[in-house]
Amino acid sequence: MTQYQNILTIVQINGPAEEGMPLPKDDSPRTGTPVMSRLLGWFGNAQIGPIYLGYLGTLSLVFGLIAFEIIGLNMWASVGWDPIQFVRQLFWLGLEPPPAEYGLSMPPLNEGGWWLIAGFFLTASILLWWVRVYRRARQLEMGTHVAWAFASAIWLFLVLGFIRPILMGNFSEAVPFGIFPHLDWTAAFSIRYGNLYYNPFHCLSIVFLYGSVLLFAMHGATILAVGKYGGERELEQITDRGTASERAALFWRWTMGFNATMESVHRWAWWFAILTPLTGGIGILLTGTVVDNWYLWGIEHGIVAPLPDIYPDVVDPAAQ
Amino acid sequence: MQLWIPFAASAGTLLAIASFVGADWDAPPVESVQIGYRGTGMYLEKDIEKEKALMAANVVPEAPWEADPEGDRASELYENVQVLGDLSDDQFNQFMAAITEWISPEEGCEYCHNAENFASDEVYTKVVARRMIQMNQTINVDWGDHVGDVGVTCYTCHRGQHIPANYWYDDQEPKPASAMSRHGGVGKFVGNTSMPQNALMDYLLEDKPIRVHSLTALPDPNSPNPAGTKETESTWALMMHMSEGLGVNCVTCHNSRAFNDWDQSPPQRVTAWHGINMTRALNLDYMVGLTPVFPENRLGPEGDVLKIGCSTCHNGVQKPLYGVSMLQDYVDALDKKGPTDVPDFSTYVPGQTQIMGAGTPAQSSALPLQTTVADAGN
Repeated sequence: MTQYQNILTIVQINGPAEEGMPLPKDDSPRTGTPVMSRLLGWFGNAQIGPIYLGYLGTLSLVFGLIAFEIIGLNMWASVGWDPIQFVRQLFWLGLEPPPAEYGLSMPPLNEGGWWLIAGFFLTASILLWWVRVYRRARQLEMGTHVAWAFASAIWLFLVLGFIRPILMGNFSEAVPFGIFPHLDWTAAFSIRYGNLYYNPFHCLSIVFLYGSVLLFAMHGATILAVGKYGGERELEQITDRGTASERAALFWRWTMGFNATMESVHRWAWWFAILTPLTGGIGILLTGTVVDNWYLWGIEHGIVAPLPDIYPDVVDPAAQ
Repeated sequence: MQLWIPFAASAGTLLAIASFVGADWDAPPVESVQIGYRGTGMYLEKDIEKEKALMAANVVPEAPWEADPEGDRASELYENVQVLGDLSDDQFNQFMAAITEWISPEEGCEYCHNAENFASDEVYTKVVARRMIQMNQTINVDWGDHVGDVGVTCYTCHRGQHIPANYWYDDQEPKPASAMSRHGGVGKFVGNTSMPQNALMDYLLEDKPIRVHSLTALPDPNSPNPAGTKETESTWALMMHMSEGLGVNCVTCHNSRAFNDWDQSPPQRVTAWHGINMTRALNLDYMVGLTPVFPENRLGPEGDVLKIGCSTCHNGVQKPLYGVSMLQDYVDALDKKGPTDVPDFSTYVPGQTQIMGAGTPAQSSALPLQTTVADAGN
């Protein structure tokens, strides 16, 4: 009865471990003895490991751990080293960037110095991981699409925490670390700069974000729907269309007249995903540097819906 | 393959998350009231169950009796009546009966008075109460822009308790936090958010600019806006204090598409603006000056006096006590200004000072020379 249901992967590979191709001489060896996990096999490949860490991966993990520790210990200090309060208030705790008066200079450690150091290690960790993603792709003689998609996210990260603060002349404009603190920052940023809703690059970013979700849903649903004809073997079907691919294409052609191909749907998804942080980063970069109040900018450019003056008696009391 | 396992696991996980983060959610049924122009999303959301509890908790008590304004004045009959001397004997006693019910229904008169000698100022709470009566009169006479004709009485804040349920103080806890620990966890005075926990010091005691928006679309190099995202968070913390204290949303006072624009703001924003100035003035002119009178256990952890915030009077309701006025029963006591002299509170010695006020100079170093009433700029 459940044979056509795709909630979990039903057919698991359980044979001799796949070791992968031999590595060139100057690469470090892959680490870990491969194991088979029935549980993880339901969600992905049942074979776990080996992993290629290399010096880039190792350094990236070390730098990332340093950043994680700095952030965590600062949070813990802010509840007076109380372990129970650290857990209870974890989502509220944060590590703040330095106040504006320090500009771009190095502030004392507990006035934002720790934030700068954590940011340095986190950035270094992410950039090293990017190089690693790029080099692993080349090593497998793949394209570098994953690396460039990752680079798009890194662009947004760097705009928020580094490029825009430098253009604004101080790091206080950067995002704090912490669950609620970074969310509060997002809303405060929008309020201060006159509502990001009227920032056209914010609009574009949302279009691509929602578009990515829509494409992901359409593509995922299509492939699962033709799973019983082997539709999940997408790559083979790019060159050799079987009945699954044929049905999937026909479904969309009949539904909306146009259909992507097994190959082009991935290009659609990739570009939508890349453009989400790319346009978002441009929007953030322009905020405060080029435009100071997006609502007023929107009025000047005719994108704000006019409202009737329903509170004619309300006047700024400070202006009276 | 048994499918119920993943479904049960997912349901369990969701339930765990919901019970973890959802402790104080406004659970359905929620009542939505449109309070702005269509399409602007200006709705007031009210949790009906919580609203019922608030209705029950905010009922106006009746006056002990109807006071006769005729007869001898209190100042002629009793000693050391500094502020309420113009009341008739019956009015004076009616008000004393009321204030006892409002502030110390269990201890009675002796919470403020030495039972042997009611005229003596040796119990510190009597000195505080006298100053608070002056404050109450000032609110009703000078701050009509905020309290309207409804006005306030001691009960608006005290509700039968010595100390009003909602107050705030200089919040530097916990220690050792970093010097700039603006996010030291759950900020109890800023709506339990993670925003600057001590923001009320900036706005309801000091006079830091609340407005953060630029009034030009592009940055103006001739007058750059000094406020950044951090300042905006501080302002927002104050707004969360107001929002939680009054049980209202942002859109009660703002059209959230342009928070700063007065032309799109409901009239409640003007009332709130006066309220912020009033609260700051009350803290500066009345609360701070009383600091030397209070014993240590009545002060905040940093040794500062407990201060007034929006929630002190509002207690979770947009109009305190749902806008029902109690003032008509106490017009001569609370809706008129008596003498406004301020004694030097730093000379007060609990248990010894018999008369606080007479002969002591009106100017105290603990008091600001200037009130914020005149130059309130926000």
